[in-house]
Amino acid sequence: MKLFSFLFTSSIGRKVLMAVTGLSLVAFLLVHCGINACIFFNDSGKTFNAAAEFMAHNWLIRTAEVGLFGGLLIHIIQGLSLSLSNQTKRKEKYRASAGDANSKWYSRSMGILGSLLLIFLVMHLKHFWVVSRFTDAIQETKGSTLFDEMIIVFTDPLPVIIYVIGCLSLAYHLLHGFQSAFQSLGINHPVYTPIIKSVGNAFSLIVPLVFAAMPIAMHLGWIK
Amino acid sequence: MSKLMKLHLKVWRQKNTESAGNFEDYKVDASPDMSFLEMFDVLNEQLIETGKEPVAFDHDCREGICGMCSMVIDGRPHGPKQGVTTCQLHMRSFNDGDTITVEPWRANGFPVIKDLTVNRSAFDRIIASGGFISTNAGNAVDANSILVPKEIADEAFEAATCIGCGACVSACKNASAMLFVGAKVTQLSMLPQGKPERQSRVVAMVNQMDAEGFGACTNTGACAAECPKQIPLSVIATLNREYISAKMNGK
Repeated sequence: MKLFSFLFTSSIGRKVLMAVTGLSLVAFLLVHCGINACIFFNDSGKTFNAAAEFMAHNWLIRTAEVGLFGGLLIHIIQGLSLSLSNQTKRKEKYRASAGDANSKWYSRSMGILGSLLLIFLVMHLKHFWVVSRFTDAIQETKGSTLFDEMIIVFTDPLPVIIYVIGCLSLAYHLLHGFQSAFQSLGINHPVYTPIIKSVGNAFSLIVPLVFAAMPIAMHLGWIK
Repeated sequence: MSKLMKLHLKVWRQKNTESAGNFEDYKVDASPDMSFLEMFDVLNEQLIETGKEPVAFDHDCREGICGMCSMVIDGRPHGPKQGVTTCQLHMRSFNDGDTITVEPWRANGFPVIKDLTVNRSAFDRIIASGGFISTNAGNAVDANSILVPKEIADEAFEAATCIGCGACVSACKNASAMLFVGAKVTQLSMLPQGKPERQSRVVAMVNQMDAEGFGACTNTGACAAECPKQIPLSVIATLNREYISAKMNGK
């Protein structure tokens, strides 16, 4: 255990853990986004429900889900504690500051962006994950599916607005986090780093955009 | 001689480490050809002539290589120019009638001694913890007895240009010292003379860095953007890599 204690104690080790858990969440986002995008087939959720059904009953996916929640929890707790500890390193603040002259605002706001995401996430899990796993609201025998649940949730404009704000926070969180994770793991290379940055920028734009399109499209009745 | 510029200064004055500081307003007429520190010399002469306490600030070589000057000018360490120390910043980078705010480096690891002078001995303790090579003293060895490939020598030299001024800490929102430690670790671990101790060195230096009260890295890049020697952000990746590899080897 001593071998891995640095991941929770040293400044670099803690960042390594943020990077590893962050990248695993990036991988999850890709799968999540891909499966949910099945609603855009506009076949009354037939393809989407089949994919959701597979994800819910495949034992490999269910095992990975445990790992996902573990990683997510570590990312949240470590992120919050790092963010709070970093804020104490300059007790006397600058009276004049020019942060925009040397860095991007979102790179300096990962704690706030992450916290916004956390608020969104609690609501999001309550909407779909809790309902599908722990209640019997969604049962094929009753003729109600996860797709139907989406339609119900996104009829109300309030969740739509919150989901879009959540996606915007996600975009900026990823815009810094994706490439930053590689730097934290010690990967900075004259050839690969520009590629990583481009892939990261594209990912941060496309994935949140596709996610945001789902509640909007459902609310406006484009998808039935 | 060029026309004098009329400047308004807001300078941080602090009696000692314990006391609370505050801004004092001053008016200075400065030549655009003066360096920022020469402008401060003019200010201090004015203060002495009127029987006031001159502003304490650090300086030594005044040619950008000693790393002593340390002023945060309008919120930016070493002022608005890139790749320049405060001593090499000229007043022509400002406009006639400007109000300029001058503060000390601010970080828990760099306590203020007086006014704009801070205690940077935390950097010395980090170096003492591992930023050296161990070698047997004796006759000087032949210059080419240890061969170093040119590209390795160049990269190590780029990292070695760090003057240890602390602008990286000062610019970082977390007051992190990783660019400084990264530069030293990169320089030493790349060269054959530094390789034998590379693993124990990086762990010792990072432990000392954490103990001195510097923050962790958020990869905002502010340090590299403000570094007067333009040390690249890649040295922090090298530091991370060296540290992870040392830890994986049970160091």
